Amino acid sequence: MTAVTENPLAEGLERLPVRPTALVIFGATGDLAHRKLLPALYNLAHEGALPERFELVAVSRSHHADEEFQAIARESVQRFSRTKPDPAVLDGLLAEMRYIPGLFDDDSVYGDLGRALDELDDKAGYPLSRVFYLATAPQFFPIIIGELGKAGLNATAEGGASRVVIEKPFGYDLASARGLNAEVLEVFDESQVFRIDHYLGKETVQNLMAFRFANALFEPVWNRNYVDHVQITAAEDIGIEGRAGYYEGAGALRDLVQNHMLQLLALLTMEPPTAFEANRLRDEKLKVLEAIVPPDLASVPTMAMRAQYGPGGQGGVRVRGYREEDGVAPDSRTETYAALRLRISNWRWAGVPFYLRTGKRLARKLTEIAVQLKPVPHLAFQSQGSVGVQPNQIVLTVQPDEGVSISLGAKIPGARMRIRPVNMEFHYGTSFVSQSPEAYERLILDAMRGDATLFTRNDEIEALWGIIDPILTAWKQDTTTPIPQYPAGSQGPPEASSLLEPGHVWRRL
Amino acid sequence: MEAALSEDIWTECNTTPDAIDDALRELLRARHAANHLLVPARVLNLVVVVDRSWKGEIANRLERVGRYHASRTVLCAVEPGRTTIDARVVMSYEEPTGDALGVILEQVEIDLGEVHLANLDNVIDPVRAAEIPTMIWCPHGHLEAINALLALADVILIDSDDEPEPAVALARAAELLGSVYVVDLAWLRTTPWRERLAATFDPPGRRELLWQIGRIAARHQASSTASAALLAGWLASRLHWRPTPLSRHDGDELRGVAHAGDHDVEVQLDSSDQVVPGLTGVTVAVPGGWSLSLDRASGGLCARRRSEDGTESTWQVLGASRGEGGILGEGVRQALLRDPTYGPALSCAREFCPAVG
Repeated sequence: MTAVTENPLAEGLERLPVRPTALVIFGATGDLAHRKLLPALYNLAHEGALPERFELVAVSRSHHADEEFQAIARESVQRFSRTKPDPAVLDGLLAEMRYIPGLFDDDSVYGDLGRALDELDDKAGYPLSRVFYLATAPQFFPIIIGELGKAGLNATAEGGASRVVIEKPFGYDLASARGLNAEVLEVFDESQVFRIDHYLGKETVQNLMAFRFANALFEPVWNRNYVDHVQITAAEDIGIEGRAGYYEGAGALRDLVQNHMLQLLALLTMEPPTAFEANRLRDEKLKVLEAIVPPDLASVPTMAMRAQYGPGGQGGVRVRGYREEDGVAPDSRTETYAALRLRISNWRWAGVPFYLRTGKRLARKLTEIAVQLKPVPHLAFQSQGSVGVQPNQIVLTVQPDEGVSISLGAKIPGARMRIRPVNMEFHYGTSFVSQSPEAYERLILDAMRGDATLFTRNDEIEALWGIIDPILTAWKQDTTTPIPQYPAGSQGPPEASSLLEPGHVWRRL
Repeated sequence: MEAALSEDIWTECNTTPDAIDDALRELLRARHAANHLLVPARVLNLVVVVDRSWKGEIANRLERVGRYHASRTVLCAVEPGRTTIDARVVMSYEEPTGDALGVILEQVEIDLGEVHLANLDNVIDPVRAAEIPTMIWCPHGHLEAINALLALADVILIDSDDEPEPAVALARAAELLGSVYVVDLAWLRTTPWRERLAATFDPPGRRELLWQIGRIAARHQASSTASAALLAGWLASRLHWRPTPLSRHDGDELRGVAHAGDHDVEVQLDSSDQVVPGLTGVTVAVPGGWSLSLDRASGGLCARRRSEDGTESTWQVLGASRGEGGILGEGVRQALLRDPTYGPALSCAREFCPAVG
């Protein structure tokens, strides 16, 4: 008999096979499940991308019968799915869906869950892979993990895997992230753990790697010899949208910088991995994250600044300042804007400043990475009568209008040699007219397949927290320095310019 | 509410390819000047050559491809006896809102005669967008047009199920594959079954069964023998079976064997009374009694598995029907991809269905 290590039928298929799986969503009545997870699962079913056997089990605190929860899930899909639901597919997805009500620290919930999963295995005739998706508030993560361990649901049955997907935020600071890692790894092996940052599932974020490593054009200049500085911006035009309870305890640094923005920085600056494989990619990200030297407490004010939006105008409408939002303390010191200047201490990037900024209620919604190259060493042209020669910029836009733009100096038509910057642009929307899948669709499928490439590893998450932990500490300790206020709808606080080195300016939003 | 689609239109009778090219450029320049956020999509040229009398039907099919439109579609309608060229250029777009970009799709309709087909490349070359792939589709035959356009084509879209005699269709596909990348709608109709069979045998414990398969049966709509042959050819090529010619039994049924090392695999292609083109179902069986059938059903495929001990289980494999519009859209999308398994599958399918006579 021939020994078979590879599946010969899988070659050439766009959708790789996924083992039969039972997916358990904890927090199934919550906002994330309602808006993202259930619609994503429907879209996977619609595309025929779910495994040949797929079972869905929902666990949450509210009391519902199976049929009641199926109706709730149906409404979620009908409201938020990116494709118009096909009734037969939706019926098929929800028909056998089970709902287990109960408190997350109640042992009996896990007994019920174990029995339900065993029944599903019996129905299939073989053990299904089990994926436990923790879409609850973060304080329940260690409780659920511990209970899964106690119930023996962390064990991998022969032929079926057991995996856990943990939503962000993973920890509150470095110490809590370490603590949570320890609790998780006491129950699950690292290979079973999938810490999700949905940003990594976005097509444009993955395109960063394609852009860098599939083009010979850029890599030769991707270093300290040619790059003058880098600006990473994640600007939002909305406020906290009624989420004061969460945001007051989080702030901009935890909400966006610790995860999304530092992931962008890592993908932008890491060395080329030898293969697009989970551990090789994450090894490279970890190396560059560890090369970012965290500030000591005394130097935080010189490399980081925070601010809050005050009253202002957004889209022609007068809006409240952060401290006037419902649920926000009038003397709140939670930042809605954070800017940092980071340095990477390695051969490739030594001396290059990396500026990161994020904020709410800014002039427009924009996420981009702008790489500014150094000026040419000698210029033979006069710049009179024009804006002159500007350094080249490579701008990778994550949203909106995902794409890449490169600024070049070009001659202005006429008798004189005058130069002005022009742009060469690539837009996803014009080069790939088709719709991109939602990040959650990709990531759920990857978790079911056991591919952790786009998930964050334990050491990586600690490295991410390690970079911002001193800043969090310094800001927590400083209870007297006034928090700068910027008008809602503006470019952000002018004080952010204090982080920039001479000759650098923040790009206009 | 969906945004309204706007159109800029240019038409000219007795025109030339250069005039059409000028019109495309001018419409684009004017629209971009009016709104700099409107930019042309640059994905794929799709050149379609059809009989004039079926132009509307093909245009309707192209409208139903869903989200996988080509960025510039050139629809050539061939009218017997015509000696001049009439053309209509349509640029369609939704006015962008806010700072977002709006994408312009271009459609060129050219009415021409059979006299133009031998040198159709001279008509199409100036009219297609440069630096992006060009896909050719001639759903009504027009071999002269295909031959003229081959040098311009990066991809040719065919439907092997369109030809009444599968052997002829598969031979033609193989001939084209020698000079250009082929996207075959008959092949794309088998995708759900290929994906599900691959998934069935993916667990390491099941992979051993692949080498024990003793029977495959593909059920298909009467005119879709090519799809069924390609599915059988795919299994044969992936599992290193040596196909032998199938023979006809009871009308439309084709039966025969493929040699799989130490045993033979029964191969059966059965016609069914299904209305839509493509496969109806597929069964793979192992001599010990294990078998799996995947049959078309509402909301996906109906899977029936029989174990060695005779127990049976049935379940639904989820997936929305793509419809013929969706399959054509998938064909357009495949122009930007490359499937390395079609060629070997086609080669084995031809051995199952050798040319008659």
